[in-house]
Amino acid sequence: MLLEHQSRTGIGSPPAQDERAARRTLRAQIAKLERELAEAFVTAYPMGGLDAEPSRSCAAPRLLDLGELERVRDDLAARVRAARATISERADRQAANRVLLERMLLEPGRYRFVRIANRDIGEPGCGVWQVRPRLGLIGMLMGWWQVKLSSGCPLATGRGAAAAH
Amino acid sequence: MSFASGLIAPELTAEFPGLRLHWTELEARVGASPRDVRRRLRELSDRVAGAGVVAMRTQPIPHAYRAFYRQVGLDPDAARIPGEEVAVRRLLQGGFGSRGTLQDALLIGLVETGVPVWALDARRVDVHSLGIRAAHSGERLGGGADGFSLPAGQLVVADAACVHATLFGDPAPGHAPAPGPGMQRIVLYAVAVEGVPAIHVEEALWICTDVLGVG
Repeated sequence: MLLEHQSRTGIGSPPAQDERAARRTLRAQIAKLERELAEAFVTAYPMGGLDAEPSRSCAAPRLLDLGELERVRDDLAARVRAARATISERADRQAANRVLLERMLLEPGRYRFVRIANRDIGEPGCGVWQVRPRLGLIGMLMGWWQVKLSSGCPLATGRGAAAAH
Repeated sequence: MSFASGLIAPELTAEFPGLRLHWTELEARVGASPRDVRRRLRELSDRVAGAGVVAMRTQPIPHAYRAFYRQVGLDPDAARIPGEEVAVRRLLQGGFGSRGTLQDALLIGLVETGVPVWALDARRVDVHSLGIRAAHSGERLGGGADGFSLPAGQLVVADAACVHATLFGDPAPGHAPAPGPGMQRIVLYAVAVEGVPAIHVEEALWICTDVLGVG
């Protein structure tokens, strides 16, 4: 009886109020997803960053209708999912590289000339770990192998360009 | 120095209760920046570094603007929010260069608080009807026949007479204060969204007025 009265008078579920509530929920979801995407962006940055997504936004700010808000929400959700997958995949790869580096350090002779860059194990800088023979050709013949870490980043312009000027 | 609240169209208030426009009117000279302001810009440049810019989007105020951008159909990764825009510009250019008193004041206010502030020539604004609303069909930016036509529904900063700027956009040509030798009346306005504390908005306006020498 009460429900019938409400539907007749429009109290409780007028379409405009329902739609407004739905839009409010969607906007809250968009704000939450935006935060999650921002956190994923910061997490992924030292790993090489996230792939740039093509922009589907309009150029002008305006009130979006329900369908447009849903599209924004769904796009964001897809981007967050993709970002997390990228982070997970890179974290796995880095973990595998760290294990490989430990093995290289333990048994360099088994991993001859293998190279692992610092960024491949999630470390900053341009250093590269490489298994090289000690004393060059003699080390190769004698089976003397060692892991060396190169240091420093290359010059921005390169030596050749600086010398040319 | 007092700050007033602008008018927000009822349909916008219903959708975005946190959307506000605050403005203040002042008299200032628009010209080259004095040495103190240029020194302050250099100090600000030293405070903006790459790691901070990357993490900026997780901080509350940039996050609030980024979320609002998405809610009104903008992609903050394509059209950056003002705070990120100046931070990225700082990284690319190596520092904040001086562009005159007014632009420097707006920049300092933005970098210090994260809240964007814009300036209008007070002679062209009816401050009592200044606010944010949706553009009407056939309306033009700046109100003149030469202004570009705005799509109906676009969010704009306008008074009863005309549209002065698109929301988060620069003022229409001729509506921003022009550099000149004498004092002139200027209207500063800041746009805040849900999640931006009122004190930050006031601080942004106060910093701008202070840098302009009238704080």
